Amino acid sequence: MIKATNYDSIVLRTVARLMMPLLLLLSVFMLLRGHNLPGGGFIGGLVASSAIIMQMIAFGPEYARRVIRVNYLGLAAVGILVAVSASVPALLVGLPFMRAFWLPEAIPGIGKLGTPVVFDVGVFLLVIAVTTKIAMLLSEEPDLFPMHMEQEDEEGVTGAPKA
Amino acid sequence: MANHLFLPLISPMLAAALALIFTRTKTRNVARGIVLTSVVFNLAYSLWLVWTVATTGIQVTQAAGWEAPFGITLVADGASALMLCVATLLMLVTMSYSFASLDPGYENFFYYPLLLLLLLGVSGAFLTGDIFNLYVWFEVLLLASFGLMTLGGSRAQLEGGLKYVVLNLLGSTAFLMACGLLYGTVGSLNMAHVAERMQSVNNPGIVTVIACLFFFAYGGKAAILPLFFWLPTSYHTPPVAVTAIFSGLLTKVGAYSLYRVLGLVLQDELVRLAPFVLVIAGLTMVVGVFGAMAQMNVRRILSFHIISQIGYTIMGLGLASAVGLAAGLLFTVHVMIVKTALFFIGGAAEQIYGTGDLKKMGGLAQREPLLAIFWFLGILSLAGIPPMSGFFGKLALLQAGVNQGAIGISVIAAFTGILTFFSMLKIWNEVFWKKSYGDMSKLPRVTPGLLLPGALLVMISLALGLGAGVLVDYSQMAGMQLFDRAGYIASVCGVQGCEAIVEAALR
Repeated sequence: MIKATNYDSIVLRTVARLMMPLLLLLSVFMLLRGHNLPGGGFIGGLVASSAIIMQMIAFGPEYARRVIRVNYLGLAAVGILVAVSASVPALLVGLPFMRAFWLPEAIPGIGKLGTPVVFDVGVFLLVIAVTTKIAMLLSEEPDLFPMHMEQEDEEGVTGAPKA
Repeated sequence: MANHLFLPLISPMLAAALALIFTRTKTRNVARGIVLTSVVFNLAYSLWLVWTVATTGIQVTQAAGWEAPFGITLVADGASALMLCVATLLMLVTMSYSFASLDPGYENFFYYPLLLLLLLGVSGAFLTGDIFNLYVWFEVLLLASFGLMTLGGSRAQLEGGLKYVVLNLLGSTAFLMACGLLYGTVGSLNMAHVAERMQSVNNPGIVTVIACLFFFAYGGKAAILPLFFWLPTSYHTPPVAVTAIFSGLLTKVGAYSLYRVLGLVLQDELVRLAPFVLVIAGLTMVVGVFGAMAQMNVRRILSFHIISQIGYTIMGLGLASAVGLAAGLLFTVHVMIVKTALFFIGGAAEQIYGTGDLKKMGGLAQREPLLAIFWFLGILSLAGIPPMSGFFGKLALLQAGVNQGAIGISVIAAFTGILTFFSMLKIWNEVFWKKSYGDMSKLPRVTPGLLLPGALLVMISLALGLGAGVLVDYSQMAGMQLFDRAGYIASVCGVQGCEAIVEAALR
């Protein structure tokens, strides 16, 4: 099995290194401006996971796993828990599920805070976790690399038949 | 406002997330405890909901407090509360059967979170009052079922899963197209609002197209005649517990949606299409039962019977009246319980022999008399012999059919009942009655964990048969509610109707 990545490109690796913090910052920005402007938890999550997936393409899935040590399934579960628990308080005070509560004043630099922001944070975590997990699983699946497949086929042909 | 209607959706979602965190071998019992708590809570809630709906009428809530035609509405009327209750009961029994029968590998691979997501999707589909929201819940339950069907990844499972996925995606596409056409025609997707505006649509052609698209989409999921082939090729491949819960829930959600969307929202179209629906129902019954006769595998026979039984449910729809829908609902509730019970018992027998091939089984009546007794009671119920619940389900359907002059379909339904019994007797003969070819003393005994789930459901079927009066009254109330457009609109949007709310908002 070849452990190296598919594309051994110095341009990609350099850019990926530079882009990682920028993309992560951008994702948080997207998350926070999202309630009334384009953006939000889903878009922010996609941007953040694209930062991780770019590492994966440039350096290989093992490196990406090593650099960002996260249990993605656990993260997805936490995301759901955060999103749901942000929507439950309305039920406790006798209002319909998902009814929003807001702080009266906006916080400078962040904006207005309220339960929809917490809900968006949950979606953000969930989207990061699920998209990255799917991308990792796909890239770690050996059958999807044609290079490896050919190698296995050759082994199958030249190797002695199994008993 | 009945805000509590969100509870049966919140509970499985939270429990699925928590179970995902604890889904390791070491913490397996924690995960089991969490999922069990959630399902027990849902069952208690849905029983209470059935009682509340029966005493105080339709329950409605609006998500985030957005008024009815604008936001997403949850509605619990007689039919949805009853279906929710039975679905949760089946899920609880399936969980307990899974505890007893699955090897630990399954449990580590998100089996319980997927079951909970299936419950979430099914509950949402039963409770929603918005057609596009119904589509979303269908996707939730289909994704969960794709996972459950292929979990384990054996070749047969993947092959069956592929057919299942392809046909269901085709149905979902038709569903989405119908949603788009409907929105373009009446400008709303809230069921009450659509039902209200339908009365003033002066383009009957497009409405017929929409109704047929919905019939195709839900019919494919319910496995009616030309669209059923995915079911027998895929249902015998996953573990028994999965097949059992699929047989109890998946096709029935399609049938429920047919009742809801065609029976309530597109009622005039249903009345127009009724003869066509009855023909499909008759063909589905007959083809399903004949298909079962050719099979020699326990679960494949039972799978074909699902199709045949769906024919009866569609017959209730095709009668296009409150009585017909009530009878269809009564029958559906009965068949959900009994079919799942038969899958559990047949599955327990399969687990003993390690195969579902009828030719290799035999002699179980002597070795496991309890299993045999419950199987026999189950097939009596399925065939419709008193005092089991199946008798009252079929009786209600036949009465409604004969009263409305639909003699042809009633004769076919009665005839299919006999064929069903013969086909079930084949399993009885081969698995339980005939002498075993091999030495049976080395085979494992059936454990209480394998026997009890099926036995419990058969006992419930018997109880429903003995106390049929209550259920018949309830189902008639539910049928009236299902067919009563004005009452539905009034409870969702108020007595002025949805149009008044829209005008008030525009002003």
